[in-house]
Parts: sequence; structure tokens; C-alpha cells
Amino acid sequence: MKRSWVACALLASLAAWAQPKSAADGIAEYRKMLEDGNPADLFEAKGEALWKQKRGPKDASLEACDLGKGPGVVKGAWVEMPRHFADTGRVQDLESRLLTCMETLQGFSAAEIAKTPFGRDEQKNVTALATWIAASSRGMKFSLPQSHPEERRFYELGKRAFFFRGGPMDFSCASCHGEAGKRIRLQDLPMLTQNPGDGIGFAAWPAYRVSNGEMWSMQLRLNDCFRQQRFPYPGFASDVTIALGSYMGVNAKGAESIAPAIKR
Amino acid sequence: MNKTVTLTAAVGAVALLAGCASAPSAADLDQQALAMIKASFREQGIAKLDRIDQDLGQAACSSDKAPSSDLAKRIESESLKTIKWPAPGQYLGDWREGEKLAQNGRGMTWTDASAEPKGNGGSCYNCHQVNKEEISYGTIGPSLYNYGKLRGVKDAADPASAAIVQYTWGKMWNSKAYAACSNMPRFGHMGLLDESQIRHLMALLLDPKSPVNQ
Repeated sequence: MKRSWVACALLASLAAWAQPKSAADGIAEYRKMLEDGNPADLFEAKGEALWKQKRGPKDASLEACDLGKGPGVVKGAWVEMPRHFADTGRVQDLESRLLTCMETLQGFSAAEIAKTPFGRDEQKNVTALATWIAASSRGMKFSLPQSHPEERRFYELGKRAFFFRGGPMDFSCASCHGEAGKRIRLQDLPMLTQNPGDGIGFAAWPAYRVSNGEMWSMQLRLNDCFRQQRFPYPGFASDVTIALGSYMGVNAKGAESIAPAIKR
Repeated sequence: MNKTVTLTAAVGAVALLAGCASAPSAADLDQQALAMIKASFREQGIAKLDRIDQDLGQAACSSDKAPSSDLAKRIESESLKTIKWPAPGQYLGDWREGEKLAQNGRGMTWTDASAEPKGNGGSCYNCHQVNKEEISYGTIGPSLYNYGKLRGVKDAADPASAAIVQYTWGKMWNSKAYAACSNMPRFGHMGLLDESQIRHLMALLLDPKSPVNQ
């Protein structure tokens, strides 16, 4: 029994060796191996605890926070955001909505948190909360509401932002994400003008980045895209980031969310 | 009194109707998107806000529709005029330096200290296959492997090669001279690389001794 197992393993490894593996296969295999111990789990657990914990100047939890599906409803919220909120009169993504709840329920200053660099102080908590809330929709399909005129307007604004060229290298989001089957170096680029598939593109974030050991929310993902686009700095939860979320999220309709994913 | 109420109701109904009818036009949305972008960014380090002031070509190539052929031709001819040509016979530098620049994808982000060309790479491998030995290359641009060989360049100084040598210089200096909405950065025109760096990249592509042409 044991011997046949060894023989099989040997055969399998020989077969793998004989068949030239593409670089993309190798990376996919590496990611698969990493999935067993995704450190995003730690951020998820922290986020859940933060949601329930009484904090801030008002010593309140976030359990009354309305993420679009009624106060306290977390499951399914992520795959329907950004969406319009009647109380603020704005289209909001998850992170800007969290700022609203942290301000109104807990008494934090939303503007202060928005100004805080990623990975510091309350920003760390926003990322953990976003990770847990996104994880609560794992396996669900994106279906952003488009019934409110503001939701349709934000989709249109996001589309324009996606194609907006600027900076010293003339890049737009579309420079890298406007065509199917392209790569930067060995990195596959999702085409974001349509549904790129389950767990790809918009449906893969928040994600844990192995290369720098950081948990990246969608806001941080977009922020680093703009850095590499050689643009100036997008404000945290600024309208351009929310509009791009609307554009990518609506385009991803039907894509299954795998967040929190793990990335190289 | 009754009349006032009727009038108010009528005005209200008109406003409501206008509200219903006034889903923003495409032109309104274009303006709103520009205003949104202006309001959403702030400067950080070397990345100043003038980076989102678009020039003619950037603005014309900012949608899923290509600009009209007249506008594209205008962008191309204006771009052609910006190209700074090297002194005769000074097109090629050292392909070894060119390979280093092609590998280097750094520069011009808000985390870079300086916007001087000295600190910048050419980022070629991000989008192109170049030297066959390097397997980590992108596919947004065409393969440049055997670039000079395929075009019959045996000696860049030979007048028979002048057209392709000049085109290659121009493409790197201002890619929009040959395709208005090219994805490729304008390395010379935007001050990303200086003349000597472009010479090294020219050698990487066109020197018969370069690994690109083996």
C-alpha cells in the first residue's frame, strides 16, 4: 500500500516534470497552496470582533450599522455595494459607508479616518471590518442595485473615470484592464469592462498580499492602481474611487465573490 | 388662496416632470466626471495635480470610442513635430545599458523621490517580449524579439536602414506621432527618459550584436 502510494507520487511528479508548466499554472498552483493558511482569516476575526465591540467616543458597537440591507445585516451586503443610501443621500462603497457608521454610531470623525494613511490607527480597523464584511458574502454573486438615478449616474461617472487618461505615462485604467488575455510581466490582467469571471478582478478583493504581508481592501487596491498609473493621490473614499467601484461592480454582475482572496 | 395653491402645485408638477426628464445627458456626465476627478485627487510627493490636466491627445483618447480620423491625424501630426531627433549617426548607444533600462520599471510614482530621467526605467518588459532569455514579460504591446533582424537592419548607419531607425527613435520619443491613442508612454516628450537612455534602448532593439537580434 505504502509502496504503491510512493510509486504513484513519483509517477505524478514525473508527469508534472515532463509536461512543461506555464508560468501562470505555476502561480495558480502557488496560490492554491497558500489558500490553506490565508492570513486574511486573522483580519476577518478581528473585523467581526470590532463590529460587535463598544468603541469610540459614544462607546457603541456597529451592530446597528445599515450596509444597505437593513441595520445590522452583514451577509450579502458586500456584493451589492456601492449603492445609494437615503440617509446620507450619497452612493457609498463599503469603506465610505463604514466611515459614516463609525461617525454616527460611535462618534469617530470620518474626515479624520479618511486622512489617516492605510495601515495605521483606525484605518487598520476599517480594513479588518471590510475584510470580515466582504467575507460574509463569500460564494455570493455580485448584483449591485441600479434602480436609483444616482446609482446609474455613478456607473456612468465610473465608466468615464475608467477611461480617463492622464499623468506622465498617459495611462488610464483601460490601458491595462480594457482588453482580455493581457499581462504585465507575468501578472494576468482582468478585463474590467465586463464580467471577468468568478473570483477575478472586483470579485477577488479584499485580499491578502503575500509579497508585502499586507491586507488590502478595495480602497487600497484602487489607490495602488493610481500610484502605478503615475496619477496624483486619490482621496480615501473619494467620489472617483466610489464611482470606479460602481462601474466595476455593476460590470461584475453574476461573478462569485471569493473575498478575502490571497495574492502573490 | 385657492389660486395660489393651484399655481404652487402646477409649478411643483412642472419641476417634478423636469426632474424626471433630466437624467443627465452624455455631455453633462462628461463635465461631471471631470469635476469629480479634479475634486478627488490631491498632490503627493512628485505627483502633482497638473498630472490630471489632460492635453489634446489624452482627452481625445479617454473613452471606449476612438477619436474621429481628422482628430487622430491632428494629434499624430502635432506629436510628430515634438520629436527631438539626435545628431546624425548618433542613434545607437550600448545595448547592455538598454537591457538594464528595459528591465527597470521604476519611476514617476508618488513614492519615487525624483522625477528626473536618471531615476527612471524604460519598463519595456512590463508590456513587451524583448530578449528571449527573459520569460517574465507582458503582452500589452507586440513582441520586440528580433526587432532589428526581422526588419533587415544589419548596420544602423546604413542609409538603407534609415527609415526604420528614425521610426524607432520617433516611436520611443513620442509614440502618439504614429498612433494617436497608442498605449505606449511618450518617453522623450514627457521627460521620462533622456536622449542617452533612448540611445541605449535603440541599441537593444537595433544593434545586430544585441541579444534581441540573435
